[in-house]
Amino acid sequence: MKNKPLIVLLILCVIMSILNDRFWTWGNIITVLRQTSINAVIATGMTFAILIGGIDLSVGSVLAICGAIAASMISSGYDVVLTVVLTLLLGLGIGLVNGVLISKGRLQPFIATLGTMTLLRGVTLVYTQGKPIRTTGAEESVLFSKIGTGYFLHIPIPIYIMILVFIIAYFILRHLRIGRYIYALGSNEEATMYSGIKTDNVKLFVYSASGLLAALAGIIVTARLSSAQPTAGAGYELDAIAAVVLGGTSMAGGIGAISGTVIGALIIGLLNNALNLLQVPSYYQDVAKGVVILIAVLMDRKQKAAR
Amino acid sequence: MSETIIAMKNIAKEFSGVRVLKNVSFNIYDGKVMALVGENGAGKSTLMKILTGVYTKTSGQIFAYGKEVNFSNPKDSQRSGIAFIHQELNLIRHLSIGENIFLGREPVSKLGNINWKQLYNESKQWLDKLGLKEDPRELVGNLSVGKQQLVEIAKALSLNAKVIIMDEPTGALTVAETEKLFSVIRELKANGHSIVYISHRLKEIFEICDDVTVLRDGELICEKSIDELDEDKIIEMMVGRKLDEQYPRIPCEPGEVVLDVRDLTNKFVKDVSFTLRQGEILGIAGLMGAGRTELARTLYGVYRKDRGEIILENRKLRLRHPTDALKQGIAYVSEDRKGNGIVLGLNVRENITLSALRSYSGRIGKISRSKEEQSVQNYIQSMTIKTSGSGQLLKYLSGGNQQKVSIAKNLDAKPKVLILDEPTRGVDVGAKKEIYELINQFKKQGMSIIMISSEIPEILGMSDRIMVMHEGRIMGTLDRAEATQEKIMTLAVGKEVS
Repeated sequence: MKNKPLIVLLILCVIMSILNDRFWTWGNIITVLRQTSINAVIATGMTFAILIGGIDLSVGSVLAICGAIAASMISSGYDVVLTVVLTLLLGLGIGLVNGVLISKGRLQPFIATLGTMTLLRGVTLVYTQGKPIRTTGAEESVLFSKIGTGYFLHIPIPIYIMILVFIIAYFILRHLRIGRYIYALGSNEEATMYSGIKTDNVKLFVYSASGLLAALAGIIVTARLSSAQPTAGAGYELDAIAAVVLGGTSMAGGIGAISGTVIGALIIGLLNNALNLLQVPSYYQDVAKGVVILIAVLMDRKQKAAR
Repeated sequence: MSETIIAMKNIAKEFSGVRVLKNVSFNIYDGKVMALVGENGAGKSTLMKILTGVYTKTSGQIFAYGKEVNFSNPKDSQRSGIAFIHQELNLIRHLSIGENIFLGREPVSKLGNINWKQLYNESKQWLDKLGLKEDPRELVGNLSVGKQQLVEIAKALSLNAKVIIMDEPTGALTVAETEKLFSVIRELKANGHSIVYISHRLKEIFEICDDVTVLRDGELICEKSIDELDEDKIIEMMVGRKLDEQYPRIPCEPGEVVLDVRDLTNKFVKDVSFTLRQGEILGIAGLMGAGRTELARTLYGVYRKDRGEIILENRKLRLRHPTDALKQGIAYVSEDRKGNGIVLGLNVRENITLSALRSYSGRIGKISRSKEEQSVQNYIQSMTIKTSGSGQLLKYLSGGNQQKVSIAKNLDAKPKVLILDEPTRGVDVGAKKEIYELINQFKKQGMSIIMISSEIPEILGMSDRIMVMHEGRIMGTLDRAEATQEKIMTLAVGKEVS
């Protein structure tokens, strides 16, 4: 019984296939995966942050500001590639600032990213003047919107992006030096420093990666809607944290894996889908989601305590 | 002789089968200051923790004011008028002096709210008795260590303490603060209090104490009036341990000077100069707080130096981080294994290669698992690390095997100078011997070794030269031929060797 998150996911699948015969249709599965992709991309960066014993609350706001910048670039006629690259760099830069505040400024990750979260939300509202920025009509708009709405071999592009992000994150954590340092730092920061590793640099990497992935999620959301909403991404940090924790990653750092986050994100995506299919009123959906998250995490806790 | 108010008789204590105290008797006399001395690990703290109810004794009896007592927790001993002032003071920095004095027993009014007026008035009275002019509303964190100590004493007095135990009370005090403390102690004595004074500083003991109890290896060596003793006699009694032949020392032909340290000075060490030759083991002895670990960590780049030079193979080093030290060829096996020596949540393989991970990875940083595995298997075999495999998490290994992993990690960085800080702390006898043999192997391979240890026989048994530190300074360096336990201890307590 090693993989509790997977069991929770399978139980949910079984329950759904009994309750609703539309669940196991190709169309619905694709919908679940596509809806999961945004959270999955953000949760991957969050996995890095939580693995080093930190947190990144700013991801939702990074998504919003990056989406807004991308939308206005496209609507002013910039090239899609340039827009995507600059938007990703912006996300990376914001993440780097988070990293500097946390490593050099010695701020608690929670406080530092709470600050940037609030600040960037404000910046987004000022920048957009509280109104959506539409990309429709611009020259590059059609190509740009493909990032969110396009298909390749009958599968939506965001799903490919999600899978690619997962593979890269897996490779980083399992095969690269920086991945090893992430686990070491999360388990014992002092011993990691004593082993000659510049822990500040590891933190900079992690928060930059989280910022970059939040920007990527911002691009997908904006492209899908052909519009950047000033309130986009609000509360997304919580869904991402839930996915990471559901995946068995320890909030204390050092323990966890990207495979867990894959499953955690799927559980949340599936839950949203299931509650819609079952026509649960939206107010009750949050109640149900909260209950499932608590039960899943409690099961995981018990298993770890028993060990 | 005045009346005995506390008598501990034939106290023994075992920790999971290991005897740390054997038939120790200890007396506290009315209105007197009793010194309690002994090396690190002689059993002083254990004895005092038994007296104050922190530990329960395995056998023996304790009499307080003529009646047998059994303290099962510190509250019990407090009620019998015994207070323990720990070396690391037990005050809460963010609370005021008064709040600290009355913590947990604040005076309350009828409604149950704290009567602040009474609390601060009474605090003021206690402070006045000790000649402390501070406002009791002042936060403890704003006081000097010397004054904090007096607050602890005020707290003890307010608890009606008859007996006050002070553990290394002058460790962090200035000369003036020490004088102040001594006058307070004399005052307390005059008012009929008894003091237990634990200290490494023999001079102070001769200044303030009436009687001396010496412990060694958990045994009572003697209890005498101070008039019958001098410093040399106390030192002799503290060490006098039998040297058995368990140290596989090998002769060395020291080569070139590898490490040359000149006038190294920072917050922890003062004007430290020494050299280390190739293939040599330099032992560093000293008592707790002598600055040995801090010296090692300065050489390893954890602490910055303010002044002085560290020269490795004729190159001046600038060390700002352990990564710099490792790159230059200085490695450090920490005394605080779980704190910063190893990562308990990583496995054997990941721990061993952590410091030198670069040598297992290519340009983009991809780790070659096969190369890693091969090297780790080598270490596991050559160092006989007992583990179910390289994938075993470190937290499931015994202390000795964890220590071997910690050493292997440092070896993997291919150091020229290996600093071992308490390399056998917390490992069992068998593993100890294996570690000694490993150290000798490194020596044979031409590595230069600095070994810090609190066990004088270990230092004597392994080192080619012995450097003794006291309060951040080097008190003297002894050649192996001339070194004795007595000489080391004499230097360690800050006296010159004649």
